[in-house]
Amino acid sequence: MTMDPSAQRQQVLFLYLEHSGLDGRVVAWSFHDGSGRATDLDGSPPYATGTGALRDGWRLLQASPVPQRLPGAERVAGRLEHELVFERIVDA
Amino acid sequence: MTEVGEHLLATRDVAEFVARGFLALPAVVPDELNAAAVEELGQILATWGSDARAFAPSSGQRLSAIYPEPSAIGAVLRHPPVAGALRSLLGADPVFDHDFVHHKPAGDPFGQPLHQDAMIDPSIAFDVQLFYFPNEVTPGGGGTGFVPGTHLRRVHETDVGRYVHVAGERQWEGPAGSVVLFHQGLWHRGMPNPSTTDRLMYKIRLNPTEPQVRHWDTGDLDELHNGPDDHLFARFRTDSVAGILRHRELWQGEADHRLELAARATLWRYLTGDDRFDVDWYLTRTEARSGLA
Repeated sequence: MTMDPSAQRQQVLFLYLEHSGLDGRVVAWSFHDGSGRATDLDGSPPYATGTGALRDGWRLLQASPVPQRLPGAERVAGRLEHELVFERIVDA
Repeated sequence: MTEVGEHLLATRDVAEFVARGFLALPAVVPDELNAAAVEELGQILATWGSDARAFAPSSGQRLSAIYPEPSAIGAVLRHPPVAGALRSLLGADPVFDHDFVHHKPAGDPFGQPLHQDAMIDPSIAFDVQLFYFPNEVTPGGGGTGFVPGTHLRRVHETDVGRYVHVAGERQWEGPAGSVVLFHQGLWHRGMPNPSTTDRLMYKIRLNPTEPQVRHWDTGDLDELHNGPDDHLFARFRTDSVAGILRHRELWQGEADHRLELAARATLWRYLTGDDRFDVDWYLTRTEARSGLA
């Protein structure tokens, strides 16, 4: 999808799910609005699952790969693993 | 028993600290001391980094040697319920790492990204960070934000800053004189202060100088401590240490939770010196098999 930068802006939504499936429960989220109208989404998760964002018109740009645990550090936890990156194009 | 010894944490408190990475002591410091501390913190802020700063400690000094009388901050740190909690988690006479005074003016819109302090750290032994709020912090009034249960995850500083909202994140609110103890690894951040009241917080990081083994009041340890067979998929107790360590945070899926259980069990082994301790058989299973092939 192309975007007209003179008239449109990108909104980006990061969702982190409890497992690698898109139907997984949202456990963390971040929202960034290139139009500058909204700076954040407070309160409850904007969608209960990754699929919920798809149904609301968000376009999935990227999903993190299924984790492969490193030999010798199989039980080490760090970042939140299951990241989905969505975009939505809105009027500027 | 000394006065501090009468205020040691109980096994349940320490287990909850291991499970969630923090322990709150609401209104533990009396009002008169809070008022003196507010005045001293203002002086520290005004003289920060200068030779005029009174009682300025150096990294590596013993806790017992910093902020001598008549320092109000020293009095807070020596206040028996505070000193007892620190001794319970760190052992006798830890050393000063660093401290800071965090002043959040009323209406301050700026917050920090989520972060783990200092440097990514794979150690089992841990530092404690004490957060002291001399004034009441109202809901949304600029209290420190923190994500319970993140303390054992190996991340580096603001690498986790992309996570703007995490399910179960808390923002400190509570009465004047509250102290919150953080495991060094707990993800946290300074929050905006949209309220009409300035928010003052003093933070000090302390390093242990001896193994952190059984320094709390272990009078209830035998009752709560469980064997390796306390297993949720076999026979289990809900009133044991394992039952406390099974606490699941909102941000944890099943895979995350299981890794946390193994990490918490490993930390409890360190704190108790019991190398057989386990939660739900995860450590025992692989250890028992390790010599077979």
